[in-house]
Amino acid sequence: MSQRLARKLLPHPMLSTMLVVVWCLLINHLSLGTVVFGAILGLLIPISTAAYWPDRPKITRPWRLVSYMGIVIWDIVVANVQVAMIVLFKRNADMAPNWVVIPLELRTPEAITMLAGTITLTPGTVSADLSADGAALLVHALDAPDPDAVRDEIKTRYERRLKEIFE
Amino acid sequence: MTGGMMLLDLLVTLLLIAGAGFMLVGSYGLLKLDQPMKRLHAPTKASTLGVGSLLMASMVDTFATGDGSLHELLVLAFLFVTAPITGNFIAKVHLHRQRDDNDLPPPPAEEGWATHSEK
Amino acid sequence: MIDTALSIAIGAVGLAQLLAMVRLILGPHTGDRILALDTMVINAIGLIILLGLRWGTHIYFESAMIFAMLGFVSTVALARFVLRGDIIE
Repeated sequence: MSQRLARKLLPHPMLSTMLVVVWCLLINHLSLGTVVFGAILGLLIPISTAAYWPDRPKITRPWRLVSYMGIVIWDIVVANVQVAMIVLFKRNADMAPNWVVIPLELRTPEAITMLAGTITLTPGTVSADLSADGAALLVHALDAPDPDAVRDEIKTRYERRLKEIFE
Repeated sequence: MTGGMMLLDLLVTLLLIAGAGFMLVGSYGLLKLDQPMKRLHAPTKASTLGVGSLLMASMVDTFATGDGSLHELLVLAFLFVTAPITGNFIAKVHLHRQRDDNDLPPPPAEEGWATHSEK
Repeated sequence: MIDTALSIAIGAVGLAQLLAMVRLILGPHTGDRILALDTMVINAIGLIILLGLRWGTHIYFESAMIFAMLGFVSTVALARFVLRGDIIE
């Protein structure tokens, strides 16, 4: 009974916390009034939008998210320097753009979204499409003479970690 | 001027130059690369990190000159969340256009890629 | 030191804006034009932040935020229009 009531009042605890933090950042001033109003928003917005988000995303090991984000931010910086070098110093004819198919082991939509976003932000790859049954991701690589190596790196570096976080 | 302030100034300068450089490279790549899908790479990455560096510079500057402010983080987070989504949508537009003469690898299952199987 | 860096940065981002505009004019396909427009929005956000730094005010932050949001929504709306012939179904 009390569990169902808690679920009704706080359908997404993480979303509520995030709304409070975002509100404080938006006001750019930390005081009791800001936090209280942020908490009111953090309660009301998830309740009024709960109909669109029926399920809570399942995260089994949330602390691993922190290390995952650290890796991704580092990779973003490295990837940008690499892409900048390719753009500046490689002639168009010398590049080897390639399509890469990545068969997915992840099943939850949240995990696949995270993987696709990570792929777009990191080394020379953009995720372009998902297969109609959700079992494979189509990725375009800017300069990849060996598509299999790109696939293996994405699978071991990102997908394995996401699998640990979400499943 | 104290040593710490000097260091912060140097950091702001570096971030400004790096950010503007990345944005210039992103737009240059947009102009230089010769295939639609290749063009997608330069702006989605370089410009995002470029504007990220500029926002970091602005944030460090507010801490150096007095009362710090963190609300640049909001724009930063928003841009990093939306960049993959816009990139994905533009890739879907390119795929949609090449629906007939495509050189795409086939997916493992038979249904095909989502953009092409939509009616 | 920061003033010199700011001048260089404003020049570089302005040049980037011009390059993206050339791509917007050249095309050749709708997808390229949408991408060029998205890049121009990001460059404009960069310019707004640089101006805020140069004039030492915080009031430009809100406009940068609104640019970011409007840019995202308009890019998605344009892409969706090309994909489905409709924006809200």
